Amino acid sequence: MRSGVAVFLCFAFACVQPTRPTKPTPKPEAPSLDVEDSWVDPTGDLPVGVKREVGERSGALRNPQAPVIAIRGATILTATPSGTTRIDGGTIVLQGGAITAIGADASVTIPSGARVVEGKGKFVTPGVIDAHSHIGVYAAPASQAHDDGNEASAPVTAQARAQYAYWPQDPQIARAAAGGVTTALILPGSANLVGGEGFTVAMKQGRTTDDVAFPGAARSLKMACGENPKRVYNDKGMKTRMGEYAAFRTAFYEARAYLSKANAYTRARALWLKKRNRANELDAVRGARPRVKVEAAPEPPGVDLKLDTLASVLRGEILVQIHCYKASDIAEMIAIADELGFQIRSFHHGLEAYKVRDLLVRKGIALNTWADWWGFKLEAFDGIEENAALFHQQGGRVTIHSDSAIGIQRLNQEAAKAMASGRAAGIAIDDNIALRWITANPAWVLGIDSVTGTLETGKRADVTVWSGSPFSVYSRAELTIAGGEVTFDRAIGLLPADFELGHTTTDGGITR
Amino acid sequence: MKTLAAVLLLVSSVCGVGVGVGTADTIAITGATVYPKPDTKLEDATVVIRDGKIVDVGKVGNVAIPAGAKVIDGKGKTVTAGLVEASSQLGLIEIDLEASGNDGRFGTERTEVHAAYRASDAFDGRSVAIPIARGGGVTSAVVGPRGALIAGQAAWVSLSTNAIAPVKNTVAMQAALGRGASAMGSRGYAIERLRELFDDVDAYRKNRAGFDRNQSRRLIANRLDLEALIPVLDGRTLLVIGVDAEVDIRAALAIAAERRLKIAIAGGDEAWRVAKELAAAKVAVMLDPTSNLPGNLAAADVRDDNATILAKAGVRVAISTLGGTSMTRTIRQLAGIAVANGLSWADGLASITTVPAKLYGVDRGTLARGAVADVVVWSGDPLELSTRAETVIIGGVVQSLESHQTRLRDRYRTLPK
Repeated sequence: MRSGVAVFLCFAFACVQPTRPTKPTPKPEAPSLDVEDSWVDPTGDLPVGVKREVGERSGALRNPQAPVIAIRGATILTATPSGTTRIDGGTIVLQGGAITAIGADASVTIPSGARVVEGKGKFVTPGVIDAHSHIGVYAAPASQAHDDGNEASAPVTAQARAQYAYWPQDPQIARAAAGGVTTALILPGSANLVGGEGFTVAMKQGRTTDDVAFPGAARSLKMACGENPKRVYNDKGMKTRMGEYAAFRTAFYEARAYLSKANAYTRARALWLKKRNRANELDAVRGARPRVKVEAAPEPPGVDLKLDTLASVLRGEILVQIHCYKASDIAEMIAIADELGFQIRSFHHGLEAYKVRDLLVRKGIALNTWADWWGFKLEAFDGIEENAALFHQQGGRVTIHSDSAIGIQRLNQEAAKAMASGRAAGIAIDDNIALRWITANPAWVLGIDSVTGTLETGKRADVTVWSGSPFSVYSRAELTIAGGEVTFDRAIGLLPADFELGHTTTDGGITR
Repeated sequence: MKTLAAVLLLVSSVCGVGVGVGTADTIAITGATVYPKPDTKLEDATVVIRDGKIVDVGKVGNVAIPAGAKVIDGKGKTVTAGLVEASSQLGLIEIDLEASGNDGRFGTERTEVHAAYRASDAFDGRSVAIPIARGGGVTSAVVGPRGALIAGQAAWVSLSTNAIAPVKNTVAMQAALGRGASAMGSRGYAIERLRELFDDVDAYRKNRAGFDRNQSRRLIANRLDLEALIPVLDGRTLLVIGVDAEVDIRAALAIAAERRLKIAIAGGDEAWRVAKELAAAKVAVMLDPTSNLPGNLAAADVRDDNATILAKAGVRVAISTLGGTSMTRTIRQLAGIAVANGLSWADGLASITTVPAKLYGVDRGTLARGAVADVVVWSGDPLELSTRAETVIIGGVVQSLESHQTRLRDRYRTLPK
């Protein structure tokens, strides 16, 4: 993941080490070059669709250190989109970081040497995925020293990355794992219009951020509209929503110009390379000096990391995640995306998404929301309990997210509440749909759904074992496995973070 | 619009359960699982309500259904007393982040003592959050100010459709200790100020006449504030102290013993570490069982089973959002979470019914004969996530469950083409 900047720069400036151009000589015998400028950019400045989703070769499916684990006799809820979604008396085998077998007990052979978990009375689901967390960038204990989530130095800080600030020893990590969470998208806060890139993590402690990065995850960019940015920048030049949407447009048009410049350079360099190659050919044939004259290589444009990131939005190389509450704000962001030609992956919070669910579903934009949060600010005044259910009924992709280090510990309960509210309103939501709200759907939002989010052979070993139905208030996660590694085991207790060692008497707060 | 009207009709007919909304009918809920008290379960039982009171509770067959009673079929349902949010800002704060919708939240910059502030003066019974809380089966709340060393007086309010005035104006004085409670940002200074304040109350009551003639040493609070603290120092008014850290809880216990105060703790993240002492001093704790993050350096020793350890030690535990408004309806989930972490189910239900009622001395929280009829008919276990409040009765009156949210839901159930 650290190579992200380099990877991106490759697209903008061509992945060829610039070689020193050969010094031309002034001899008149040199023939002129017959190279035509046939370079065609098939896409121009237009977006080309999201390209960098996680593939099976990403490493997310390999973990040689992972133990062999078999959970047997359990109720397995697969969260798959169709087919058998519930196996009573089922066995699942995890090996080398991936799911290697799943099915009815009788149909699955448990490898010798496996750690066997008796699953009778227990439920097994895909590991919970949170599409919106600030763990690690707003670490515990809450303090100014840990305020690393909002780079509120300018409204657009697309160059910032949550990974730069993520603290893999945040005591909140183990608590999220104890809530059955295996993966989360760590986002910058919403002070800024463009806060920076998110960081997709495996929910486990580590020494460095590389230890916990979800292998090969797609890039995500956090944006925010509405009350927060104009509140933060009220005394710093942006007072209204008018100012916000103008600033979004300004930033993206600047990025478009930057992209054009980058494309022009790519094109000029390609042409120059052709000319140089042709010159070399001619020189080789002629076998004698003076050499063919080739002009100097074009100068690469300067690097601007902020515009680079925004340009990658325009190229469709990054998933756009936008914090918005109100229907009118959501529609305005969609108008901007349409105008500039980029795709929005999902809206976050979206308490009024139910009012424009037709528009969102038509655009293929997902909704990440809460079960019942509302009223903490004016743009959250119209939140309703049926938001998720109505969005699902429309055919939309819903996730229940947390945005909270407390809420992330019980996303299963939040999904249960949203399901119950939908059912009470006469909207059919089955358990598998509600489970997908916290597993398969957030996997899609993060662009990692090809490797995780459901229980299927060949998928990543992201698995949670619950003491009972995950939709009951009385159930708790007993075993959480991320990428084949046990990240929480209730029989052992919480893994204390460095901060807690010799400091708190509990190993973090879990009953032994 | 026709569909909308049809939907509204359907909704009102479902919600009404055949009983007139808004009138104090004679009501019989029959054949339900009834919890007259949290630790008493009656299967196949009937509850009879008349003139706003519970007149009878018992097994079907043992209870006479008065002629003309509106009958609610309770088969498959669970009936409990209406829930109580023990520490709330309902009706004081409409929108957290909007100053215009915000009362009863003090900073410590200007003055640390607001004892004469009465939530009952500021409570807005028409708050949009109240019907939403009611829809979740919450029928009472204790609303009080926050933020200062002494923030002011909390009121017990009913969440009924017509309760503009509180049921009881002053059920507690709200206070805080710890770093945040004083302008100095020092926990020792907060206690120093509290001692000084209490001494000033003594000085004031001994010398009221002199105070009025301007013959008094300088006192750190205003006259009305000093007056308001007299019942607290007499041990007649409960002093609710907002603290999380063990060190601050111990300080609260010490000052309560010193001045013979009747106190309760609100917050109490580390209360489990002081469980024995709290039990010995008969000090109740209002807590949020999900508060398990080492949220600050002073109160880092937090655990999921705080409520369980306290209850086992004999401490009365009330479960609360601790000053919330919009999330009031989640208190039953919070109680369920405490149960998942070891609290008995009966203590879980008690934590949101009988415990706060007894703590504040208000006759609510049970379905005993003669009790005020705040009753909820649930579709199942009230602490469970799939359960809904189907009928909510406050003071014997079946409440409308319509709210800003249900009206929005119905408006947008079908989108314009």
